[in-house]
Amino acid sequence: MEFKDYYATLGVERSATPEEIKRAYRKLARKYHPDVSKESNAEERFKEVGEAYKVLGDPEKRAAYDDVGRRYHGGQEFQPPPGWDSGFEFSGRDFGPGEAREFSEFFQSLFGRVGAGRRERADRHLHGQDHHARVVIELEDAYRGARRTISLRVPTVDTQGHTILQERQLDVTIPKGIREGQHLRLAGQGGPGEGGAPPGDLYLQVAFRTHPHFRVDGADIYLDLPVSAWEAALGATVTVPTPDGQVQLTVPAGSASGRRLRLRGKGLPGIPPGDMYAVLRVTAPPAETAAAKSAYEALARAFAGFNPRQTLETTSR
Amino acid sequence: MSQTPFSATYVVVEDEVTFSLTQLCQASGAEAEQVIVLVQEGVLTPRGSGPQDWQFQGPSLPRTRQALRLASDFEIGLPGAALVMDLLDEIKALRARLRRGGIG
Repeated sequence: MEFKDYYATLGVERSATPEEIKRAYRKLARKYHPDVSKESNAEERFKEVGEAYKVLGDPEKRAAYDDVGRRYHGGQEFQPPPGWDSGFEFSGRDFGPGEAREFSEFFQSLFGRVGAGRRERADRHLHGQDHHARVVIELEDAYRGARRTISLRVPTVDTQGHTILQERQLDVTIPKGIREGQHLRLAGQGGPGEGGAPPGDLYLQVAFRTHPHFRVDGADIYLDLPVSAWEAALGATVTVPTPDGQVQLTVPAGSASGRRLRLRGKGLPGIPPGDMYAVLRVTAPPAETAAAKSAYEALARAFAGFNPRQTLETTSR
Repeated sequence: MSQTPFSATYVVVEDEVTFSLTQLCQASGAEAEQVIVLVQEGVLTPRGSGPQDWQFQGPSLPRTRQALRLASDFEIGLPGAALVMDLLDEIKALRARLRRGGIG
């Protein structure tokens, strides 16, 4: 197991005051919180930052962590010293439902038992906890439906009251027509119930992997479709990819860049299905040969009166 | 056959599920008092005249969880989280418009 340097994660000195730690956490949280961040690795980074603050932001846990840190020598495989935590009570902040499983193995080994003694509300005391996880699928999977085997790390309380993580495999059917961000509820696949009570449910949030060509907006799909200047001007029938295979699309004569052509019902399946939009991008070939240059020159002569910047002249005055 | 447990029964929460107050608390991990604040703040809009017969639509679950995350991770309370969610909704709508125009 790797020793985690929580001070480095938050970018503060070991001697940092509680205020400095809080300030560093707040700043990183604003940058990496998955609900507000656009950074691609936001979720992973925020987990590290949140874990570091969970320890350093709590005076008791910080004291315990510092104590372990003093006995640890860099480069070693980390093992918590036996009985190291006997002097600490950890009466500080509680863990939220299912929260402990979000943390690293290192954190679990030090503070895992805290989650076990958590006070439960009387009215859901026996019913198993509901769990939440995320599954990433391809856009194509949403068109056709898919089966995915996902690995869940489930916190389980062992005989000493420590929370340990157990890996569990689950086959999941992704229904055709699922939308980005929607949730599947798998009945009875959450935490086990106590005393014969029913287990909790598992909620899976569906995310789409970013597609190189298609953009998704609810049930609708957008594609930037490059066309040549003459296809746009004269009209053409072109072959267009959709997540469900290729289709023929008629580009009407006299189309301009940015024109949206709708492929009705070619969005995500459903009742009603979404639409697909091809957004035209008029492109011109490079003038690399003498023949290409003379073709452009002929074009310039034929359109001597054409001013592509006409719209700018009325606004720049 | 592998030993992998197979779960054939799923429902799409957003389309097919409604929650009572108790069920929403169980699924989201929220306390009833927190859900009541989120209703007062307009983050959740259940049908029904009072907490006893409130019915929440499926999207209430991710919204409740998001509000709890924001409130606790930024230490801004549920009213603060409600404000952040309003602004995030607005940004999302604006980004969708950009995307439709092929700019975003």
